[in-house]
Amino acid sequence: MSTVEEPLYPIALLIDELKNDDIQLRLNSIRRLSTIARALGEERTRKELIPFLSENNDDDDEVLLAMAEELGVFIPYVGGVEHARVLLAPLETLCTVEETCVRDKAVKSLCRIGSQMKENDLVDWFVPLVKRLAAGEWFTARVSACGLFHIAYPSAPEMLKTELRSIYSQLCQDDMPMVRRSAASNLGKFAATVENAHLKAEIMQIFNNLTQDDQDSIRLLAVEGFAALGKLLEPQDCVAHIIPVIVNFSQDKSWRVRYMVANQLYELCEAVGPQPTRTVLVPAYVRLLRDNEAEVRIAAAGKVTKFSQILSPELATHHILPCVKELSSDSSQHVRSALASVIMGMAPVLGKDKRVQARGTNINYLLWDWTDRRSFHSVVVVITVVSMFMLDDATIEQLLPIYLSLLKDEFPDVRLNIISKLDQVNQVVGIDLLSQSLLPAIVELAEDRHWRVRLAIIEYIPLLASQLGVGFFDDKLGILCMQWLQDKVYSIRDAAANNLMRLAEEFGRDWAMEHIIPQVLEMANSPHYLYRMTILRSISILAPVMGSEITCSKLLPVVVNASKDRVANIKFNVAKVLQSLVPIVDKSVSIPISNILDHLFQLVRVAEKTIYPCLVELSEDSDVDVRYFANQGLQSINHATMSS
Amino acid sequence: MSNGGAKAAVASVGAPQPLDWKFSQVFGERTAGEEVQEVDIISAIEFDGTGDHLATGDRGGRVVLFERTDTRDYAGHWRDLEKMDYPMNRHPEFRYKTEFQSHEPEFDYLKSLEIEEKINKIRWCQSANGALFLLSTNDKTIKFWKVQEKKVKKVCDMNVDSSTAMGNGPIVDSSISTSSKQFIGNGGCIRNDFSFPTGGFPSLRLPVVTSLETNLMARCRRIYAHAHDYHINSISNNSDGETFISADDLRINLWNLEISNQSFNIVDVKPANMEDLTEVITSAEFHPKHCNMLAYSSSKGSIRLIDMRQSALCDTHSKLFEEQDDPGTRSFFTEIIASISDIKFAKDGRHILSRDYMTLKLWDINMDSGPVATFQVHEHLRPKLCDLYENDSIFDKFECCLSGDGLRVATGSYSNLFRVFGCSEGSTEATTLEASKNPTRRQGQTSSRPCRSLGSLSGVVRRVKGADNLGVDANGNTSDFTTKLLHLAWHPTENSIACAASNSLYMYYA
Repeated sequence: MSTVEEPLYPIALLIDELKNDDIQLRLNSIRRLSTIARALGEERTRKELIPFLSENNDDDDEVLLAMAEELGVFIPYVGGVEHARVLLAPLETLCTVEETCVRDKAVKSLCRIGSQMKENDLVDWFVPLVKRLAAGEWFTARVSACGLFHIAYPSAPEMLKTELRSIYSQLCQDDMPMVRRSAASNLGKFAATVENAHLKAEIMQIFNNLTQDDQDSIRLLAVEGFAALGKLLEPQDCVAHIIPVIVNFSQDKSWRVRYMVANQLYELCEAVGPQPTRTVLVPAYVRLLRDNEAEVRIAAAGKVTKFSQILSPELATHHILPCVKELSSDSSQHVRSALASVIMGMAPVLGKDKRVQARGTNINYLLWDWTDRRSFHSVVVVITVVSMFMLDDATIEQLLPIYLSLLKDEFPDVRLNIISKLDQVNQVVGIDLLSQSLLPAIVELAEDRHWRVRLAIIEYIPLLASQLGVGFFDDKLGILCMQWLQDKVYSIRDAAANNLMRLAEEFGRDWAMEHIIPQVLEMANSPHYLYRMTILRSISILAPVMGSEITCSKLLPVVVNASKDRVANIKFNVAKVLQSLVPIVDKSVSIPISNILDHLFQLVRVAEKTIYPCLVELSEDSDVDVRYFANQGLQSINHATMSS
Repeated sequence: MSNGGAKAAVASVGAPQPLDWKFSQVFGERTAGEEVQEVDIISAIEFDGTGDHLATGDRGGRVVLFERTDTRDYAGHWRDLEKMDYPMNRHPEFRYKTEFQSHEPEFDYLKSLEIEEKINKIRWCQSANGALFLLSTNDKTIKFWKVQEKKVKKVCDMNVDSSTAMGNGPIVDSSISTSSKQFIGNGGCIRNDFSFPTGGFPSLRLPVVTSLETNLMARCRRIYAHAHDYHINSISNNSDGETFISADDLRINLWNLEISNQSFNIVDVKPANMEDLTEVITSAEFHPKHCNMLAYSSSKGSIRLIDMRQSALCDTHSKLFEEQDDPGTRSFFTEIIASISDIKFAKDGRHILSRDYMTLKLWDINMDSGPVATFQVHEHLRPKLCDLYENDSIFDKFECCLSGDGLRVATGSYSNLFRVFGCSEGSTEATTLEASKNPTRRQGQTSSRPCRSLGSLSGVVRRVKGADNLGVDANGNTSDFTTKLLHLAWHPTENSIACAASNSLYMYYA
């Protein structure tokens, strides 16, 4: 054995590690296969590396997956497109492994290589490969074959094309459902490469077979293919061949198939044009909107805007709108949610008159519905969203009582939901009318027994603040925000600290200086160490918002003071906070040039005179954790000064 | 004991002859007086779809695989032999293939619950590329296993000669990997401006791999966990090859074999208030052909057929099979003994076999008014239900199985006995066999002949727990409630039965 020269040593190791026992090392080597190939040269890559990889097919999946991926971009390393065929062999073996993700990747890489190969190379090497896989003993090979036809087909001569089509139709009737599934899901891609003449005859036949498959999972894949095929065909052929099948599918026994139809239907409408849409597809769609299975209605409801956009306002009003009204009071809240998420788009489709006309009925449904508390969430969504495009006085008159009573609901979740949608509610009824009832609701939630409820309301405080404005906030909510800092539950205290930061962002530094900082700093002397810790945490979050000046003048002294605390936990948290404050006091961006020297001097002073000594002191503490974090802080300061 | 249960006693001409069962093999046979280790007791048996493999699981969380040898030995000229009209005395014979530890005992710290490693069920999946795949489950966790022959690799011809460069011995490996990690970690030490000559470096070579022998390796490919609050009682593969279900006492979940981090709950019988609970799921199985159909049985003795096409949540069944019990015979035990311990679809998918404590019932899925046949298995125990309740035997969960041709059914009983019934039209076949080397020894007892002295029995029938567990019925038959034959499986294509007697696996053929 030879010893390798020094510069080659890393590559030599990389090669050796292709066969290391440690999977991480093997993975590493495979990921750098291009480096290995370059070191070996093109010829040896073709003659040695690729055959070597072809035999490496019983490795771990992760390694095989990486290999499949690397080989997809390997053409330059084997000497260009004219040698691309050597890559087919290792990928062919990878196409037969039982791990799906490896096969998929291998097929993808093969397609990538095939699409770059010369036409005659494709015929000589790629097509035979596809045929071999399609006739594979194990279903894994046949599954992979289905994904390669659209690459192999276009360049094949007429005879071979006929053969390929018949092989594909056999795959569609394979014994293994996995193979049929793969054939069904790849049929759209394959059909796109097949000549029009064969589309109507052979491909349609294949499709028809798939539509009659026993397995739901295959029929539903066929639906997808059908939508794709519909776009390939002339509109009149589409109407003649595709539409009847789709309509059939929309009444399939299996809800999963109908679900797919509900998802795909509007695309077909685009393909066939308005006339057949009106006569055939609209009724089918309406049926789906009224399907027994909630999942199907969810899918259909989610497409209601897209579908309506294709239709004329007339049709939409006449056929779709009644269904929308029904859906808004659907027994499944998921359906209502799906509807709510898209219904905004309906407004422009319907035009203003229709909106008003639609209003009465909708509200009535909802009035009935909101009493059912299981569905309150969606109801709130639907009410607000629906009413947003029906804005007029009558709406407000009807909605206000609902909101008010929901705000007094016995379930905290209901109240929370109204508050969470406050921005939307605000647009509909205006905040003034609500504020009287709002405050008691918030206060009650803020003191709720369940900490998760309290947490939820804290998270909405910034939203409330932005909607209600400073005035309202100062009077009523400020006190609450401070109270939370002394909650019994850590998550609440933590959320309260974050909340203060967001409020400071919302209302600005000056406001925060007046309404947050003094109160927070006051609590720094709390007798309970956990509360003192919360204050430290608040300071570290607030500091970036407040800027260097305030940090230096107001916050830092409190922190330094806390370093003399008797509780070790406080002290090492001081060390952590100090570390986080260094970059903030370091910020010299907004300083005018004339003052920069002054400022720098001051900074050095702050860091040197205040933070550094404090950390040094802590680093000599009797507690090991305090020393650890203090040293960490010192290190980071040293690092920062070194780099600057 | 009645022969053939509800069947007409008149044998029609067309009925197949009763099978003559013979002993074939035993694995893990106990020697007389040998104490059985709890962990060795077999808790699951399953043939794969071709019948070429057999898997058993035990209470120690191990899965043992057996492979058929009689077809393999003739591989190659198997067809020639058939042409020669080779005397048909061949029967499935198996040999030990491999075993692996599937589950380990665990502790759920959140619920302070011990999770046993005992294998509750094994199901084979589609094999691919010569590798075997199977699902095994304990009470909580399902695992997907791949068993494959792996080449034992010997790598030589390395670029970096480890033995000369880095000393020798076991240190070599570690020093290589650490040094290389260093290189790789630092970006491989290959500088970006490192130039590669067009011909490459001739001094570099690829390692040479020589593999001489192969080694069977079982690898856990996926773990489907944290989806069951209660104990998993069954798993079943779908005919679509990509999904399976797992059922616990109250819920059935649907999984994709490839996705282990999510499952869909399709059946949930948990009442809003647990005090209203009257019925639990005891067993569930997919239809062998229709991917949308599954059946599950309940503790109240009903079987529900579900069509997954109808709705995403299958809380409403499409068909319900149950037998109205005769109000006159109701007793304290009626509900307990009605509980179905196992259901199996026949291969054709038309029939479902169910086992409750007293009987085997065969149902036609097109007829929900009642079973097409009922076979009495434990009728002789009816007077002793009180004792059986006292010693908890009444809650024993016996499995059942159908022959591949659907003409016969089998199920286990006490004293290591199992019974085979003919279920084709007019058949009166009802055979009682004992899981021992001489299965027909006890056959005399099924007719009312007096039984021979037990003293002459070998050590197979164990009586360690004392005479309490030995019930003597009116015929003088004894039932040893500690030796129960719960698990058995019928070969998918041949008349061959594998059954578990404690830690031993007995195989019979006819």
